[in-house]
Amino acid sequence: MTPGGSPSPPGVVVVTGVSRYLAAHVAARLAADRRIDRVIGVDLLEPGPEVAGLLDQVERIRVDPGAVGGLLADLDVDTVVHLALASAPDPQHGGRAAMKEQNVIGTMQLLAACQRAPRLRKIVVRSSTAAYGASFRDPAVFTEETEPREVPRGGFGRDILDIEGYVRGFRRRRPDVTATVLRFAPFIGSTADTTLTRYLSQPVVPTIFGRDARLQFLHFDDALEVLHRSVAEDHPGTYNVAGPGVLALSQAIRRAGRVAVPVLEPGLSGAIALARAMGFGRYGLDQVDLFVHGRVVDTSRLEREYGFTPRSTADAFDDFIRAHHGRAVVTREQLAAAEQLVLDRIRQVRAAAQERS
Amino acid sequence: MTGPEEQPDEARVNDRYADPPPVTPDVDPARHNGHRPADPVVADQPGDLWDRRVAGGLAFLRRRLSGDYEVDEFGFDPELTDAVFHPMLRRLYRDWFRTEVSGLEHLPDDGAALVVANHSGTVALDALILSTALHHEHPARRYLRLLGADLVFRMPLVSEIVRKTGGTVACNPDVERLLRGGELVGVFPEGFKGVGKLYAERYKLQRFGRGGFVSAALRTGTPIIPVAIVGGEEIYPMLADIKPLARLLKLPYFPVTPTFPWLGPLGLVPLPSKWLIEFCPPIPTAHLVDAADDPLVVFNLADQVRETIQQTLHQLLERRPDPFGP
Repeated sequence: MTPGGSPSPPGVVVVTGVSRYLAAHVAARLAADRRIDRVIGVDLLEPGPEVAGLLDQVERIRVDPGAVGGLLADLDVDTVVHLALASAPDPQHGGRAAMKEQNVIGTMQLLAACQRAPRLRKIVVRSSTAAYGASFRDPAVFTEETEPREVPRGGFGRDILDIEGYVRGFRRRRPDVTATVLRFAPFIGSTADTTLTRYLSQPVVPTIFGRDARLQFLHFDDALEVLHRSVAEDHPGTYNVAGPGVLALSQAIRRAGRVAVPVLEPGLSGAIALARAMGFGRYGLDQVDLFVHGRVVDTSRLEREYGFTPRSTADAFDDFIRAHHGRAVVTREQLAAAEQLVLDRIRQVRAAAQERS
Repeated sequence: MTGPEEQPDEARVNDRYADPPPVTPDVDPARHNGHRPADPVVADQPGDLWDRRVAGGLAFLRRRLSGDYEVDEFGFDPELTDAVFHPMLRRLYRDWFRTEVSGLEHLPDDGAALVVANHSGTVALDALILSTALHHEHPARRYLRLLGADLVFRMPLVSEIVRKTGGTVACNPDVERLLRGGELVGVFPEGFKGVGKLYAERYKLQRFGRGGFVSAALRTGTPIIPVAIVGGEEIYPMLADIKPLARLLKLPYFPVTPTFPWLGPLGLVPLPSKWLIEFCPPIPTAHLVDAADDPLVVFNLADQVRETIQQTLHQLLERRPDPFGP
């Protein structure tokens, strides 16, 4: 048995936010697990076409995650997996105001409902490594105990701090419930579609002048694995979930064969505001914070307690490159060919010079 | 290839100015002054020295351009450090400052140690020279992981150079993480008080802060190695500190030296002082692991380190009567 594994897997599991990619995949995987009796997907929105096919085995209920209270009691739910988080404002669905409503108010209401559900045994909450904030005094590597030194500028980062605050309150009030908080590094992989993957799949990538952030990625499949184990086994506590190892942003851009264009930071903030006003680009101060400060976490607690090591940041990124190599500007093969060409020419010229002398 | 660790000790001391990897140190006296014999201008055949250099350079470029290198979790990029930063610093270290190093036998070949040094020079070149000395002269070619104030990490470009060469923010979690990983960590407890002091106060150690470095060493049971660096004070002798201007620019001090700001960018050229670096015997801390939170133990140990450095500074200054001597 894996360390911390639970003797009895849960009976009825509620997954929030199933109209989204991550939650839909998690719900589908849980539904396929025979140890789990029933998986109920909860969301206000109808799932999009790209995830609808996944949800055949999942009972779906269209309800606001905040109004889930009655449902928890009626269905004898013993596990809640809270994944209904928006990581970037969506201009088509109410922008930043709706994002905050969903992230902060949604979580608050859901936790309030969970607090009053007597049969509840376990709650798993999606968080982010953005929970560590962004400050120049930060240590290079965050462990789960590191307190944020400065409130981040980005909306998502602030929402995450609020959400974790609510979970802390919930833990105090319901110590009998196993609460697992998973601080995920940015997702990547052949299928993941996030702000960061869209950013890195452009041929020309804007970066911040004089900054080369240290980044970590988590392969999407590993995120699913960790979420699944959190439901099927018992792992109370907060865990950093990231691929071991580090890529510098410039290094990641070069590996992907893209071209980096450094922009001055004040100019960048203006450009972001402009892009937003013109209605394209969902980059925000969250990305600027990440690219100025970088973010690396220690994953030894996850490895110890889950007995699982996600694939490394570099391997996860390689998977992403393979899926997106069509838009690369310079490929590794071209560079190797250029190297050979230049070397051969220099050898020719030198051989000719020697013959003449 | 003859590795430095295979040579007798004395040869290594004489050979301090040779570029690594040193080739038969005793036969060529010119080498002792840092002079390198010229390479043959025209090579005989492909596969000769120049061909290897060109191929090596091109392969390096290709690796850099395709992102094919490793960076550790602190952002340290050993390949870039070895290929770019250390060769540049070595020129400064050897030809400009004529640095002499002693006491290297006190540094371990592997495993952690906390290297504590005095800080000086208006611009903290002493940290870079110390790391060059260690990497260049120590048989195990060790890297010194430097700790910098958060001001360093606020500055774009500078912050990245510091990270890529192995530096990180001076805070206890990072120090302990590096020490637990078996690294050599370099710390300057005087901080800006040391770098930004006037020339009149040269080689007078400033206050050692709260002794955070001592508690980090105690918690990890790492030996502390005090180091005295002479020569740093004369590179930019600070005659005055314009405090209002410093406040305006949000800097810890605004220096006036004999050349800065009068000569503009030329004032940034350090004066060619003679440098001496001495590593003192390590102070073991493994028996004090439980006392890491005892302020008295921490304070006494910090004081012991401070005294050792101050005394060694005086001894070194006696050995170097002329700051700009040979």
